[in-house]
Amino acid sequence: MTHDELTVMGVPASDLPMNTGISGKIGRGVLALGAVSMAGGCININAPDEAIVIELNVNIQAEVVYRLAEDAGNAIEENADIF
Amino acid sequence: MRLMNKKTILAALGAAMVLTSVSAPAQAQRDPAYAAARASGEVGEKADGYLGIVGAATPALQRLVNDINIKRKAVYAKRAQAEGATVEQYAFAAGCLAVMRTSSGEKYQTPDGTWMTRTGDAPTRDPRCP
Repeated sequence: MTHDELTVMGVPASDLPMNTGISGKIGRGVLALGAVSMAGGCININAPDEAIVIELNVNIQAEVVYRLAEDAGNAIEENADIF
Repeated sequence: MRLMNKKTILAALGAAMVLTSVSAPAQAQRDPAYAAARASGEVGEKADGYLGIVGAATPALQRLVNDINIKRKAVYAKRAQAEGATVEQYAFAAGCLAVMRTSSGEKYQTPDGTWMTRTGDAPTRDPRCP
């Protein structure tokens, strides 16, 4: 069995319709049209004056801190030389 | 004979008490260099539970801060495991307390990273601090 015989029954893997042909371009055109029509609406969003600060410590919750604080207080007392 | 026994027991008890008082470590104090760096404001308490250098870093200051922070992290890691928390969470909780414990004149870091000098007022801390 040759390679041609193996692949003749199926679509070659490289021939993806998404990246070729007219249909892909039309699809993008429709998306762009959608964006334009949305911009024609009356919603104005102004950029904030201050820099947007991303909270990096979201994984630490107040309840967790509260629970740990009691033990942490003991840890500090017991290791007063390094606190 | 009974008197002797009582005396022996008393002596033994006395010796034991002396031994206990000798072997029990006195309340651990800060190293003089560390205490001086805190008092002068060269180092301060960060909000994350570790010590930080406030102004310009010198090799000596960096060594001192690293040494303290490595020891702190070891304490945090051990106790965080016992509490079922992450080292970061535990360190943060300890940081809340460490900032609160600073004396007047010592430096501490606010949640936005600014170094402040502790006054008689309550320090500016993260809202999650107890």
